[in-house]
Amino acid sequence: MMRRITPLLWLLFSAGGTVAALLFPVHLFLTGLAFPLGWLEAPNYEALHRLLTHPVTRLYLFVLISLPLFHWAHRFRYTLYDGLQLKHLTELIAVLCYGAALLGTAMTAYLLWTIR
Amino acid sequence: MPSTVALTVTRYRPEEESEPTFQTYEVPFRKDWVILDALNHVKDNLDGSLSFRWSCRMGVCGSCGMKVNGTPKLTCATFLSDYLPGPIRVEPLDYFPVVRDLVVDLTDFMRKLKQVKPWIIRNEEKPLSEGEYLQTPDQVDTYKQFSMCINCMLCYSACPIYGLEPSFIGPAAIALAQRYNMDSRDQGAAERLKILSEHDGIWQCTFVGECTKVCPKHVDPAGAIQQYKLTAATHWVKALLLPGGTR
Amino acid sequence: MSTEPHYTLYHPRWYRRRVSVWWWLQNRSYTAFVLRELTSVFVAFFAVVYLWQLRALAQGPEAYAQFLARLKTPRFLALDTVAFLFVLFHAITWFNLTPKAMVVRLRGKRVPDWVIVGLNYAAWLVLSGGVAFVLLRDR
Repeated sequence: MMRRITPLLWLLFSAGGTVAALLFPVHLFLTGLAFPLGWLEAPNYEALHRLLTHPVTRLYLFVLISLPLFHWAHRFRYTLYDGLQLKHLTELIAVLCYGAALLGTAMTAYLLWTIR
Repeated sequence: MPSTVALTVTRYRPEEESEPTFQTYEVPFRKDWVILDALNHVKDNLDGSLSFRWSCRMGVCGSCGMKVNGTPKLTCATFLSDYLPGPIRVEPLDYFPVVRDLVVDLTDFMRKLKQVKPWIIRNEEKPLSEGEYLQTPDQVDTYKQFSMCINCMLCYSACPIYGLEPSFIGPAAIALAQRYNMDSRDQGAAERLKILSEHDGIWQCTFVGECTKVCPKHVDPAGAIQQYKLTAATHWVKALLLPGGTR
Repeated sequence: MSTEPHYTLYHPRWYRRRVSVWWWLQNRSYTAFVLRELTSVFVAFFAVVYLWQLRALAQGPEAYAQFLARLKTPRFLALDTVAFLFVLFHAITWFNLTPKAMVVRLRGKRVPDWVIVGLNYAAWLVLSGGVAFVLLRDR
């Protein structure tokens, strides 16, 4: 079954990789370094909620979190398969990786749908 | 400039030993000599039992591929002077079974090459009376790079995926399939898609990129494979959205 | 045409070396490749951090304050620094490899690689600026 949807998984991997390449550096820099270290003032709770009222923000965040997870799932699965030569576990690895990505996507979708 | 340089060469005599060993020869150093010249000197003057393949000695036949200091190279195009002071290690190509000394068996590649149908496929052949197929320079340009492949197998020897997964169809085969897919005279893309989109086809490739690095004819097989992944994925989406006939 | 080898009197025992599990340490290109692939772990790490932030936002101001406090701890700062470097490595290698996968032809001629790469970096700058603007203008 996995073999028949390989092209889809590769497309998700590519889309996720592009999202991660274009957007993660700035987000990670701000949220992970600039804001905690006080180099720049972080937006406060109300400001972020204001941003979240726009459906475009919610769609953006869905794409921002979900696609890179699929990028990781596909790439990591092949890294384990080739790098550690875990060929006998190939189905288990695939299920765990894509399953985790699906779980993350579901959680993101749920939060973005229900956040007030 | 030294007068001699040491060449450490893999020896494997299956009738005598079960594993390859190394043997070192001291060959004259000439600044215009390539590894192949040194190997021929060994065979002619020092040790006639050394076995290796070569033919055109000018980088077009693809016979003399070997590992020089760990990197796959055409020995007719690799100068001794680039490896001073030596010793220079010459080994057979990786990931192919070693038949003897520096000779490897290429049957696997030959089989895979045939699988991708590297010839012009037409639904209907044009009769001779209608004349030639015409192609503009731009149309030739789309596939010209991939047509430069000399089947030297350096790319297979550089590809770790081929080493880990011997059933992987491999860089050269895919590049050659692309050469025909992109040819405006060809109508066989759908047939080749069936073979290439299998599990051991293009999807095994993780774009390490070593194949392109070692290719002596700048074919860029890695590029061919990634382009083909996009084509195959687009085709898959089209087939999903428009079931019942895509051309 | 037969593809089966013809065995002679001295039955050739072909030698096959088994690929070591440390194959990726054998040369710099292979190691760089594996590091590039491992960037995906840090990409996933940050996606999870953002998901966690979203959850904190959903749970209320105290949860969000707790999330921010956690990010200030030295352990997270160190992790985020490493993650940032790996994500940068991912972005740079991704942009540099894009022209290999996407060949654009304009009026019959192939658009040169450096144009595609340049466009990627330009998009990167524009989008990063846009994100920074949105996140910094409303405090």
